[in-house]
Amino acid sequence: MPAYVLEIVTLSLGLLLLLAEAFVGPGHKRCIGYAAILGLLVTLCLLPFTCSCTGPTAFWSFYSPDRLALFYKGLALICTIVVLILSLDYLPVLEQFAARAGGGPAVGEFFALPVFICTGMMWMASAVDLTSIFVSLELITIAFYVMVGYQRKNRLSLEAAVKYLILGAISTGFLVYGLSWLFGVTGQTNLLAIEQVLQTTDNQQAALFALALLLVGLAFKVAAVPFQFWVPDVYQGAATPVTAFLSVGSKSAGFIIAYRLLHPFLASPVLHGTTISLLVALAGATLLVGNLAAIPQTNFKRLLAYSSISHAGFLLLALACVPVKSQLSPIQVVSFYLAGYLVMTMLSFAVVGVINRVSGSDDFTAFDGLATRSPFLAFAMLISAVSLAGVPLTVGFLGKFFVFTLAVDSGYTWPVVIAIIGAAAGFYYYLKIVRAMYWNPPKETAPITVGATMKVLVILLIAATLILGVYPQPLLSLLQ
Amino acid sequence: MSPLDLLIVLPILAVVAMALGVSARTAALVAVVGNVGIVIGLLIQFQAGVATPQFAASRVVLESPRIAYAVGMDGMSLVLVVLTALVTLCAVWIAPPAGVSEKIWYGSSLLIAAGAMGAFVATDVFFFYAFHELALIPTFLMIGMYGHGGRENRLHAAWKITIYLGVGSLVLLVGLAMLVLRGSPESGMTFDIAQLVASAPKLEAGVQASIFLTLLLGFGVLISLFPFHSWAAPAYAAAPTPVAMLHAGVLKKFGLYGLLRIALPMLPLGAATPWLQHLLLWLLLGNILVIGLVTVAQRSLDQVLGHSSVMHMGYIFLGIACGNVIGYNGALLLMFAHGISIALLFALAGHLRTMTGTLEMSRMSGLAKRAPLFGLLFGMAAMASLGLPGFANFSAEIMVFLGGFASSAGEIGPVQLTTIFALWGVVISAVYMLRAYKNIFMGPPGELPASDPPALTLAEKLPLLLLTLVLLVIGFCPQLLLHFARPVLELLPRH
Repeated sequence: MPAYVLEIVTLSLGLLLLLAEAFVGPGHKRCIGYAAILGLLVTLCLLPFTCSCTGPTAFWSFYSPDRLALFYKGLALICTIVVLILSLDYLPVLEQFAARAGGGPAVGEFFALPVFICTGMMWMASAVDLTSIFVSLELITIAFYVMVGYQRKNRLSLEAAVKYLILGAISTGFLVYGLSWLFGVTGQTNLLAIEQVLQTTDNQQAALFALALLLVGLAFKVAAVPFQFWVPDVYQGAATPVTAFLSVGSKSAGFIIAYRLLHPFLASPVLHGTTISLLVALAGATLLVGNLAAIPQTNFKRLLAYSSISHAGFLLLALACVPVKSQLSPIQVVSFYLAGYLVMTMLSFAVVGVINRVSGSDDFTAFDGLATRSPFLAFAMLISAVSLAGVPLTVGFLGKFFVFTLAVDSGYTWPVVIAIIGAAAGFYYYLKIVRAMYWNPPKETAPITVGATMKVLVILLIAATLILGVYPQPLLSLLQ
Repeated sequence: MSPLDLLIVLPILAVVAMALGVSARTAALVAVVGNVGIVIGLLIQFQAGVATPQFAASRVVLESPRIAYAVGMDGMSLVLVVLTALVTLCAVWIAPPAGVSEKIWYGSSLLIAAGAMGAFVATDVFFFYAFHELALIPTFLMIGMYGHGGRENRLHAAWKITIYLGVGSLVLLVGLAMLVLRGSPESGMTFDIAQLVASAPKLEAGVQASIFLTLLLGFGVLISLFPFHSWAAPAYAAAPTPVAMLHAGVLKKFGLYGLLRIALPMLPLGAATPWLQHLLLWLLLGNILVIGLVTVAQRSLDQVLGHSSVMHMGYIFLGIACGNVIGYNGALLLMFAHGISIALLFALAGHLRTMTGTLEMSRMSGLAKRAPLFGLLFGMAAMASLGLPGFANFSAEIMVFLGGFASSAGEIGPVQLTTIFALWGVVISAVYMLRAYKNIFMGPPGELPASDPPALTLAEKLPLLLLTLVLLVIGFCPQLLLHFARPVLELLPRH
C-alpha cells in the first residue's frame, strides 16, 4: 500500500467529520470527537502496512515515503489522537468560552480541525519539494490560527490568536522569501536536486542569504531564540489541548522540515561550516534563554512554553552535531527526542487540562497539595516533570543523554557547558511543580476524579515514559 | 535471570504493591528482609578467588551504540551490596512518625535502596549512572515533606541537595560520555565496563587526565569532596532518619565506588598524573582538616554527624590516592565501616530526637543514667566513628594510614606528608565525638527529656544491635569481607 493512502484517509475523515457536524444535534458533539479518534486509530493501524516504495511518476519528486517520513506520520497520528482525548475532557471549559451568538456552543469543528492539522503534518513529513513543503506548512498553520483563537469569549485566547496570526504570517513570509531565493540560486524545487546543485555552487552569498531567511522562518516554527517571544503568550492563552498540540505537533513538524531543508546546506562542502556555526549559535541562545527565563515563572502553561523553547535548544544542538564516533546520527537523536517529548509533554498537559477544568487556573497555586487530592494525577505529573528535567530511567533523560553524547563527540565544549547549565536550571523549575504538589498544603480538599478514558491515557503515557527510558531499542529500530 | 536482578526488582515491586493497596510496612519489610536473605545466599555461593563478575546477566536495550542492562557482582560490589542490604533493612525497620503517608515514606526508602543496589551491581556504565539517580527525587520529596527543623530550613536543604547533586551528576555524565566516546574499542562504542577497562587505558595521558578530572569533579560533588561539600551536612541534618541513613551510609559511597570501578582502572595514566594527584591530596586534606574543625564548632548533634560524614570521606579519598593495594583495601573497608557506623549514629540520633524533641547538645545532659542501653549503644557507635580499635573503622583507617607509607622507599613524598596531616584528623574526630557524648550522656540529668523516656522496645533495639554487631565482627576480622575483594583490588593500577 503506498504511503499517501494515509493522507487520503485522514483528509477524507476530516471532511466527513465537518459534514457530519452539521447534522449532529448540539448535545451530541462529543460523538464527532469519538469518531475522529476512532478514524485516526484506524489510520494508525494502517501505518505499518504502508511501504517505502516509490513509483516512476512525477508525483514522487514531491513526496518521499522513506522510513523517517513514516516515523513522523506515526508521531503526528499519535499526537492528534492524544490531543483529541484531551479535548474531550476539556469540553466543559471550551463550551463555556466558545458560545455562539444565537445558540449553543460551537465545538464540533474543534474535533475536525485537528484531523486536518494531522493531515498537514503527515504530508509535511513526506514533503521533499519546496512547493509541497510550503503547502503542507500552510495547511497546518492556518488550521492552528483558528484553533488558537477558538475560545472567542476568552480575552487571553483572542490575544494569543492575534499574536500568533501576525507573527506566524510574518515568519511564513520569511520562509517563502527564503524558498524563492533558494529556487533562484539553484533553479530547482526538489530538495535532492537542490542538494546536488549546492554541492558546488559558486553563488555562496545568495545561498547563505536564503539559508538565513529559512532559519528565521524555521526558528519561529520550532520556537527558537530570538523568535520565541510569541510562545509564552500563545501557550497561555490557547485552550490547553491546543497548546499541547502546538507544543508537540507543531514542533515535530517544524523539526522534520528543518532537517529536510537544512540537509542540502549541511551536505554541501562549501556551506557546511557556516550552517553549523549558525545552528550552534541558535541552539546555544535557545538553551540559555529558554532555561533561564523558565526559572521565575509562576504559571504552569507559561513554564511549559519556556520548557518547549529549551527543548528546542537541545533539538537544535543535536541537529548541529557532526558526530565522529557516535553510532547515532543527529536526525535519529532528534526523532527519538521528539517522540519522548511527545510522551512526557502530553502527560503534563493531560494533568494541566484536568486541573484547569476543576479549578479554572493554570497557576502553580492550583497544583498545591495535589498529592492529597489526587495521588494518581500527582504521580503522573511527577513522572512527567522528572522526565522533562531529564532524570535517568525516563525517556527525557535518554533524549538529553543522546544529545550530550553527540555534542561531546562533535567537540562542542561551550554548547555542552551551556546545555549543562540549562539542564541544571531545569532541575529547579520542573521540581517547582513537584514541590507545589507534594510539599504545599491543599487549598481545597475535595478529591479530583478522573474519567476512565483519561485514566487509561495517563497510564499509557506514564508507562511509555518509563519503558522507553530503559528500553529505547524498539523506537530507535524504527529509525534505522 | 540473575539473583542480582531480584535485589533491584524486589524493592521496586514492593513499591508497586504499596501503590496497589498492600500495607506499606508489610510490603517494605518483606522486600528488605527478602533482600538480606538473597545477599546471604549470594555470600554463600560467591567464589572468593575470582576477579570477574559473578551471577552475571545481560539484556541489550539498545543495539547501536550498545547499551545493555547488565548486572554482575565481583568482590568489590559484594562488599557494597552487603552494606546496602544491611543499612536498608535497618532504615526501613524504623517506624515512621505519626501523620506521614506511609506509602511515600517507605516507597522513597525502597527506591533509594533499589537505586543504590542497581548502581553497585551494574556492569554497564549507562545503568551504573542511571540507577544512582533513582534516589534523587525520593530524597527531594522526603526532605521537603517530612524533614526536620522548620519549613524554611528543610525546603532550603531539599533544594540544595537536589540542585547540587543534579549538577554533579550532569558533570559526571559528560565525563562518562567522554570516556565512552574516546575510550571505546575500535569495534564500536560500548558502555560495557569490562570492555572499557580493556580498551580505555590505551588512551594517551593528556586525554586521560582531562577525563579523569571531569570524573573527579562529578564524583567529587556526589561524595562531598571539599569544596563541593556544602550540600551534605544541612541535608543530612534536615532529612528524615531513614533518608539520612541511606544517603550518608550507602548512596555517598556511589561516587567512591565509581572512582574505584571506573576512573582508576579505565584511566590509570590519568590517575597517575602528578598535578591531579596533588589536587586530590589538597582537597582531601580540606575534607579532613577544614571540615573537621568546622565539625568541632557545631552545637547540634545532627550537624555534628552530617559534617563528620563529610570529613570521613577524606580518609577514603586518601586510601584511593595511596595507589597501592593496602590503601585500596583500607578505602573499601572504610566505605563499609563508615556506612554502617554513620547509619547507626543517624538511627540513634533519630531516637534521641523523638525522646527529647531536640538535638541541641547544650540542652541535654546526663541521659546515660536515664536510658542506659541507649547510652551504651551511642557510645559504641561514637567510638566506632572515631576509630577505636576493635571496630571496623579502626581496621580500615589503620590500613589507609599504612597504605600512605607502603609505597614510599623511606622518603617523604606528597602522599606521606598528606597522611601525616591526615592523622591529626583522628584527634579532631575524638574532640567532637567525645564532646558530643559527654554533653548528651554524662553529668547530672538535665531538663530534657521532661520525663524518663520509655525504654527501647525489642523491635527498636534489633536494628541498632545488628549494626553494632557488624561493626564489631568486621572490626575484629576484616578479612571476612576483604578476602572477597582482594582479587579485584589487586588488579587496580598502582603508582
